[in-house]
Amino acid sequence: MVTAANLLAFAAFADGKFAQAFPTFGSERMGAPVASFVRIDKEKIRLRSQIYEPDIVIVQDSTLFGAIDPLNGLKKGGLIIVNTKKEPEELGIDRKFSVRTIPATSIAMEIFKRPIPNTVILGAFAGITGEISMGAVKEAIQKRFEARIAKLNIEAAERAYKMVKG
Amino acid sequence: MQKFIEGSRAVAEFVGMCRPDVISAYPITPQTHIVEELAQIVADGELKSQFINVESEFAAASVVLGASATGARTYTATSSQGLLLMAEVLYNIAGMRLPIVLTCANRAVSAPISIWNDHQDSISVRDSGWIQLYAEDNQDAADMHIQAYKIAEDNDILLPVMVCMDGFILTHSFEPVDVPSPDEVDAFLPKFNPEIYLTAKNPLSLGLMAPPDSYMETRFALFKTLEESKEKIVKTAREFKKTFGRSSGELVEHYKIDGADTVLVCMGSIAGTVKVVVDELRQGGKKVGLLKIRCHRPFPEEEIKKALSKAKNIAIVEKAVSMGLGGVLATEIKAVLPDTNARAGVSNFIIGLGGRDITKKDIVNIVDKTVSGPVENEFVNINLSLLDE
Amino acid sequence: MKATKVLVGRPGTTVANKTGSWRTFYPVLDNEKCKSCGLCALYCPEGCIIVEEQPGQKKKKYTPDLDFCKGCSLCAAICPAKAIEMKEEEK
Repeated sequence: MVTAANLLAFAAFADGKFAQAFPTFGSERMGAPVASFVRIDKEKIRLRSQIYEPDIVIVQDSTLFGAIDPLNGLKKGGLIIVNTKKEPEELGIDRKFSVRTIPATSIAMEIFKRPIPNTVILGAFAGITGEISMGAVKEAIQKRFEARIAKLNIEAAERAYKMVKG
Repeated sequence: MQKFIEGSRAVAEFVGMCRPDVISAYPITPQTHIVEELAQIVADGELKSQFINVESEFAAASVVLGASATGARTYTATSSQGLLLMAEVLYNIAGMRLPIVLTCANRAVSAPISIWNDHQDSISVRDSGWIQLYAEDNQDAADMHIQAYKIAEDNDILLPVMVCMDGFILTHSFEPVDVPSPDEVDAFLPKFNPEIYLTAKNPLSLGLMAPPDSYMETRFALFKTLEESKEKIVKTAREFKKTFGRSSGELVEHYKIDGADTVLVCMGSIAGTVKVVVDELRQGGKKVGLLKIRCHRPFPEEEIKKALSKAKNIAIVEKAVSMGLGGVLATEIKAVLPDTNARAGVSNFIIGLGGRDITKKDIVNIVDKTVSGPVENEFVNINLSLLDE
Repeated sequence: MKATKVLVGRPGTTVANKTGSWRTFYPVLDNEKCKSCGLCALYCPEGCIIVEEQPGQKKKKYTPDLDFCKGCSLCAAICPAKAIEMKEEEK
């Protein structure tokens, strides 16, 4: 999640925008529930508070729906991207929100043989929102990972991008 | 070159370009990423420096003290209990006039244990004789280190500098940072060239005992030099602006103070959020401004007096408390404001202790409360249900 | 004024605070295949495989406690009888 947020913000930066990414600062164990925040703007970002009214929420682990309410504060008409094998209608989310789903963990298992959905979700985000370009997603991935791992992650992002574009 | 990096990485890269000869640190959250990144830079051979691993912050401070006394450029970083464990050595460093640069990744102090941000750690050692600078964002924090060495190593100054950056809020945030080239930093920052240092060729003793007939003079000299360093801090900030084209202020920074009835005063990353609120309130016709304290020690008394001279209402918003008295910055500012009339409209707020999030709404509420009457030592957003009945 | 509720801890909170809500995979143990060797319970880093005697049987019954299981898959990896299968969590 922390990685996904940083990659997302980096991609926005690579697209020439201002961006800011920060985690909620807890004990950082890989896989533990954690929220990360990203702001993207045309202007320099000065605000330091957490985000209480997001435009977009990415739910990287759909099993968290029971533990916390990831939609708390989401603006009316806001977008939710959920990592799940289910279809949007099956999630029973309020119709005032726009819901998209992506089976990111399944795709990650196929490509990495491990449940690390970060870059799959990044590709899906680029495809659904258009807020970041695929070129920038690739740049962010290449910056973050060594060549061999980067190649797999780009494959993961592209697969998700194509999937959401239908 | 614009890079999108973590605050800690930015500080590590900038410190690396200052080419410290000796680095010693002990890991503590949220300082850890800074020294991990520096250790990596040294291990990768990008920086020729002695990175000395130690068993405690006390040892880390002692190592840089000894190294600095030999004329080496030195660096260390810590947080919270780590800074407090260093406290004894911090006083020695300042007393011996060693120009060490230290990053304090600001974190609350135990008990109860909190790894999250406030300013109680660095505030607690404000009287040690160190220059203390507070960073607003990651660019600012990184830039301050280059300036810190230039200020510290001036042979007329020779004082240690503590760069304070909010733990997690800055250290763990990713945002764009303009990273200079090593050549640009070399051109700005001259080599450390002390007149007095330990060498076998010319044996000396440093850190001596001073009996009652001479101790006080050393403290007087330290006090005076801190005052004199203000000029050097301003000069360095101006040179930096001229060379690199950016500034985060000098001793203080004015933000829309002209014509402001209400002025907020704060230090560190909260200034970013306050600036956003000031902009929004100004758009709504409210005359609000911000005075950011960039340098807390030496205390910019004259600059504060001048900046606040026309304000009807003043809100001092801070992340530390002098237990048994109140807000530290508030107490200091009240002490330097000219007369009781000027002080009548001063309110002070304690906010964000132990990492409690600070929202725009919190700042708006602070402005409203300040306008409607002086408030003293208000702890913002206290949850009374957590207290015993 | 005191903040006892914050400053004083009471025992047993790790039992009350269920930490099994955020795994990706969960173990399913096939009692038929199980040889009752006990390795899964020994290796489980959370100590959350419940071991019970079964009346009239030598074989013990092993049940992963999903209130605390993090889905690490060590039990499935160590099981010599391949009696534990990891399934993807879907809530």
